[in-house]
Amino acid sequence: MSGVSAPGPVSAAPGTGGNVPRVRIVVCVKHVPDIQSERALGPDGRVVRDGGDGTINELDENAVEAALALVEASEGSVVALTVGPDDAADAVRRGLQLGADEAVHVVDDAIAGSDVIGTARVLAAAIRHLDAQEHVDLVITGMAGLDGLTSLLPTALAELLDLPALPLAAELTVEGGTVRVRRNLDHASEVLEAALPALVSVTDQANEPRYPNFKGIMAARKKPITTLTLADLEVDASRVGAQGARTEVLEAAARPPRDNRVLVQDTGDAGVRLAAYLVDNQLV
Amino acid sequence: MTAPVLVLVDHTEAGAVRAPVRELLTLASRLAGDAGVHAAWAVDGVEPSAEVVAELGALGATHVHRVVADADLHLSGVLAEALASLLDATGAGLLLVVSSFENKEAAARLAVSTGAGVVTDADGLALVDGRYVASKTVFAGTWTTTCAVTAPLAIVALKPNSVQPAAVDGAAAPQIGEHVVAVSDKARRVTLVERTERPASGRPDLGSASIVVAGGRGTEGDFSVVEELADVLGGAVGATRVATDEGWIGHDAQIGQTGVTIAPRVYIGVGVSGAVHHRGGMQASGTIVAINSDPDAPIFEIADFGVVGDLFTVVPQAAAEIRRLKG
Ligand SMILES: Cc1cc2nc3c(=O)[nH]c(=O)nc-3n(C[C@H](O)[C@H](O)[C@H](O)COP(=O)(O)OP(=O)(O)OC[C@H]3O[C@@H](n4cnc5c(N)ncnc54)[C@H](O)[C@@H]3O)c2cc1C
Ligand SMILES: Nc1ncnc2c1ncn2[C@@H]1O[C@H](COP(=O)(O)O)[C@@H](O)[C@H]1O
Repeated sequence: MSGVSAPGPVSAAPGTGGNVPRVRIVVCVKHVPDIQSERALGPDGRVVRDGGDGTINELDENAVEAALALVEASEGSVVALTVGPDDAADAVRRGLQLGADEAVHVVDDAIAGSDVIGTARVLAAAIRHLDAQEHVDLVITGMAGLDGLTSLLPTALAELLDLPALPLAAELTVEGGTVRVRRNLDHASEVLEAALPALVSVTDQANEPRYPNFKGIMAARKKPITTLTLADLEVDASRVGAQGARTEVLEAAARPPRDNRVLVQDTGDAGVRLAAYLVDNQLV
Repeated sequence: MTAPVLVLVDHTEAGAVRAPVRELLTLASRLAGDAGVHAAWAVDGVEPSAEVVAELGALGATHVHRVVADADLHLSGVLAEALASLLDATGAGLLLVVSSFENKEAAARLAVSTGAGVVTDADGLALVDGRYVASKTVFAGTWTTTCAVTAPLAIVALKPNSVQPAAVDGAAAPQIGEHVVAVSDKARRVTLVERTERPASGRPDLGSASIVVAGGRGTEGDFSVVEELADVLGGAVGATRVATDEGWIGHDAQIGQTGVTIAPRVYIGVGVSGAVHHRGGMQASGTIVAINSDPDAPIFEIADFGVVGDLFTVVPQAAAEIRRLKG
């Protein structure tokens, strides 16, 4: 399904007679601790972000890819947007390297400790700000942040922006001002449709993200990253950050490693020993 | 302080209550005390049968609301509006839902429209000094956290296999009511063009099974060994993304950060390396068993019982022996 060379299921309709409407797409990318690294929570219950091993949320590369594919198939521009501390600029820089045209980084000390809704408020304000400059047709996000895996943000953001939401796209098409999504849920598969402007989140099934090439990396150096604060966006600081949060982490602890672990080398009876382990421990 | 609790009853197209809802009701009746447990049944073509109402009642529901809307309740915007009006009508201080993508979408909307605090993927919930405090694991099951909801309304999405369902002693028959919702134009902007529910496999549901056998690339596409072991254990069959990408099994069987998150009592990985993306969806399992020919496979770092060996000999032998022991 996600064969590297196969064309991804994300496609825009081929233009009719060169009369292709321009689309402007905002892609939300998050900076997260690398999931291959030791991740930790601090005493305040916040994700430890000590620089160095942070990276763009892998699933947001699928979002960037979806945006680029749509713009390449028609015409238009892609803005990479992130909300986060200084380091988070790396996430939008990656977006630029992959081919985004513009980058926006919202950074403000007051944002620290935001819950999903707080983050969504800031993203919504930033998208409104961009929309006022030039109409935004589509907002694309990843399916989940691999740090918290809440998947709440996309729908919350759509609600705040008053946009129709089409989350979890495994396939995505935009045709004649209509966006259509196929999504696979735990028990069902669905096709959703809405008129633009709209918000879509894409899964890792939607496409195979490209790698930045040398040209992209060089070009990205020349593209500026616009930095905005809460004041620039007229966001009330009391509604974001730890103060605005509606949940509070009380305790966080690394789980102790599992003890009494057994590793056996099969010498002919490992299946029998496995059966005995399950039965003796009343696991089956 | 106890407030009524509202529980969203996930059900199949055939009208059966999905297993994890039993856990929600058990938890709800503990938390609600005498304030009442309100079960919300979305009438999306299927009515709750008399047996279903009795089942919900036995698990502690004091009220069953048949929610009727003039738009498709499978759309999260429609469901969210229905639940918002039901929260109002019941005065509930807590909404409990099964942690699934659809329900999280409705929760996200409700968080915006009602000001609720949301905790997803919780594996426990208690009332502490008048606040709902949820527990959950994060970072691929390597950390445990507790998290208090500080807003007046709490929405908690509970992971399956978190609570032992229990009937409530001397439960009375629940009151049945109809709750009609007039859906806004806004919620109708998304059209559900098509919805196909996957037929039940005859095996337990992956997300809520207490035993899961997962197959990976090591099976080389031969899932019969995985299925045989799952069947002698009465378990569900799962897979890695490699196996689903290869088309060896449906995408709905994918366990992991971009698939189903599971926490069964027993997880058995067969020819699974234990990549971090996969671990993110199963590391919170009770007991982890792994069969892999590579002694350095990362899954052995988290396995309670690991076998270094060829799955095509070890797994059938284990299945035969379990069948013999269980007589
Ligand atoms: C953004 C992103 C999201 C992802 N999400 C997921 C996800 O949700 N779930 C998921 O599973 N993966 C996911 N992946 C993929 C993940 O990174 C791994 O590639 C995948 O989990 C590996 O699957 P595997 O264990 O089947 O294959 P491999 O890693 O190739 O492991 C196969 C194992 O089988 C063993 N083996 C081979 N032959 C035998 C034999 N005869 N007997 C016993 N053992 C044998 C080998 O030693 C090896 O350890 C994701 C990747 C990305 C980039
Ligand atoms: N701080 C952020 N900045 C930009 N995008 C974000 C941020 N947080 C979440 N997102 C987007 O929302 C998606 C889902 O995140 P979450 O709801 O946190 O699991 C991610 O894949 C991102 O596209």
